[in-house]
Amino acid sequence: MKPEESATTGADLLVKALIDEDVEVIFGYPGGAVLPIYDSLFKQNRLRHILVRHEQAAVHAAEGYARSTGKVGVVLVTSGPGATNAVTGLTDALMDSIPVVCLTGQVPTHLIGNDAFQEADTTGITRPCTKHNYLVKAVENLARTVHEAFYVARSGRPGPVVIDLPKDVLMNKHDYTAPPKVAVEHKSYRPQTKPDPKKIAQAIEMIAHAKRPIFYAGGGIINSGPKASKLLAQFVHMTGYPITNTLMGLGSFPASDKQFLGMLGMHGTYEANLAMHGCDVMINIGARFDDRITGNLTKFSPGSKKIHVDIDPSSINKNVRVDLAVVGDAGLVLEEMIKLWKAKQPKVDLKALKAWWAEIEKWRGRNCLAYKPNKETIKPQYALERLYHHIKDKDHYITTEVGQHQMWAAQFLKFEQPNRWMTSGGLGTMGYGFPAAMGVQIAHPDALVIDVAGEASIMMNIQELSTVAQYQLPVKIFILNNHYMGMVRQWQELLHGGRYSESYSESLPDFVKLADAFGAVGLRCHEPDKLDGVIQEMIKIRKPVVVDVLVDEAENCFPMIPSGAAHNEMLLGPDDKAGKVSDEGMVLV
Amino acid sequence: MEIQSHTISVLVANEPGILARVVGLFSGRGYNIESLTVAETDARQSLSRITIVTKGTPMIIEQIKAQLDRLVPVYRVRDLTVEGPHIERELALVKVKGTGEKRVEALRLADVFRAKVIDAKADSFVFEVTGNSDKVQTFIGLMEALGLVDVGRTGIVAMSRGGEAL
Repeated sequence: MKPEESATTGADLLVKALIDEDVEVIFGYPGGAVLPIYDSLFKQNRLRHILVRHEQAAVHAAEGYARSTGKVGVVLVTSGPGATNAVTGLTDALMDSIPVVCLTGQVPTHLIGNDAFQEADTTGITRPCTKHNYLVKAVENLARTVHEAFYVARSGRPGPVVIDLPKDVLMNKHDYTAPPKVAVEHKSYRPQTKPDPKKIAQAIEMIAHAKRPIFYAGGGIINSGPKASKLLAQFVHMTGYPITNTLMGLGSFPASDKQFLGMLGMHGTYEANLAMHGCDVMINIGARFDDRITGNLTKFSPGSKKIHVDIDPSSINKNVRVDLAVVGDAGLVLEEMIKLWKAKQPKVDLKALKAWWAEIEKWRGRNCLAYKPNKETIKPQYALERLYHHIKDKDHYITTEVGQHQMWAAQFLKFEQPNRWMTSGGLGTMGYGFPAAMGVQIAHPDALVIDVAGEASIMMNIQELSTVAQYQLPVKIFILNNHYMGMVRQWQELLHGGRYSESYSESLPDFVKLADAFGAVGLRCHEPDKLDGVIQEMIKIRKPVVVDVLVDEAENCFPMIPSGAAHNEMLLGPDDKAGKVSDEGMVLV
Repeated sequence: MEIQSHTISVLVANEPGILARVVGLFSGRGYNIESLTVAETDARQSLSRITIVTKGTPMIIEQIKAQLDRLVPVYRVRDLTVEGPHIERELALVKVKGTGEKRVEALRLADVFRAKVIDAKADSFVFEVTGNSDKVQTFIGLMEALGLVDVGRTGIVAMSRGGEAL
């Protein structure tokens, strides 16, 4: 066959390349610059396109899809506003290391730089909010670029990758380049996944000699794949040591396991934070010493030797100086650690370990998540406890928006498996949870997918009700409605003398009618004794459901490490008065 | 923690936007750039070499290197300040305007500094001076009193001593 006969348009090449990358679903929104791609999509039936109602939601949906499946999420948006609307989602994916490939349309190459209609400097704008980005200037580079983009997005520390596609490139013709059969090394990008055996040996030595150890595991375990979670559980059980999870790491270790101390950090459990503060050996696997975790850095776990396992060398010694750095994939590192532990059969100081557990049990005995139940008003914690009671035996996935409800969800819902918990950890994006839940539901059509939301957050991507209605995605939106941007209100109460500046949710819609208007089902509940019934009804309905749960407006999220404080300076409840927050603390977010 | 100056060599793929990636990383993360030079050094493989002089605590310097290394089109990052002896050079073009004794004195000093005259008019010179930054700075300082009107500096290029390549 002559090349001219076999040659296809850039748009067709793109679709072919996506299929070869095992893409099944694209979340997108059409526009002028990407019309050729939409035309190619129209002519095939391998790729499913989900039409969102805002490009930000497309990226969050792709994130939810990616995080719940381990695959790369794919987004398709047009030039200019399509691309700029995607920026928040891309930044979110970058902060939480979610593999996403975002295809953006661009004006034709000869118009780039001319301030053409719907032109934006997409590669310029997205450079700091992607792992990498490409502008494809010639059709002959298109297929190869797509394959490289998928490799970059999913390998090493995963992240979002943008491919900017000028319209003329999409219309021009060329032969297709299939992805390489055998993985070829990228010319310059070669992430280290296999750990250095010497470091593993040193780590095992430190772990074996610990007297007050703690495992601190994060999203890196989830990103490594489900096997890493199994290995983590195996290793933690072999050692008998306690373990805590970061927000992003929830589900990497079974929450019901007695060695699990719950989440750590600003709204983490008393036992997890005090164990972090008092440990002598900290084993960080796939977490990055984020400021929500460490609190005051100068007072962070002062007496411990720290081991840090991370696939990204730039995460090491960024915030906290560690004693031993192991660069590599969390799963591969755990595999090596288990192997060496089995071979060496080290004698753990059982007496010290017993004393350490006794201390931890004492902290655990404080029951730091306790709250005062109320017969008249629904406490948000109670709502989540009841929610968990009804979903725990069902195949379920949870997403959240950002704020108090997110922290309560992290505290009161229990995660036994990885890839079941989707939340915006790093960027803290209100409006993340609902579109993310759509992405999860697309990937798992028969599962129960619930977005735990606040009434303020849900308003940020509420337009997606139209999307779930169109595709009949039975996503449940469980709104803990306290009529406030709750976390803002909580900080204003604790730090700004109770001056609730602009944090009241004024003029809220009637969520039940709103759901109805979009073709979803709306439910409302304000009495504690009716809550169970409403939750059961929500679960039963095989349609999108919005549940407006009217909760206590004044409830605050505890425990809490106030700004600038250390792990051992936690507030356990409303009766715990914070000392005056320092000036340094006041400037912290 | 002590602030130190480090000279870092970065070997990168010479592709559009690479300089923006490097510079954006510095501005976005609040790192300093004291000097920056960049040019293609291997046309066949399309490689460029970037030399950056930056300042920071040891922890920041470590971060800068790790962050640079994380960029997809970066092949190698070397901290010349840490990795043994190296040579640094800078080139400056220095325009001096004046007549009479000042003009003669400028020429005399240029000779001492082995600066070349690359343009001469009846009342002006352009000198080309090469050396480490101290020498270049000293020369420029001396010219100030002698009718300095314009300076252009390349910034530092650097290389390790001995037979090893970057």
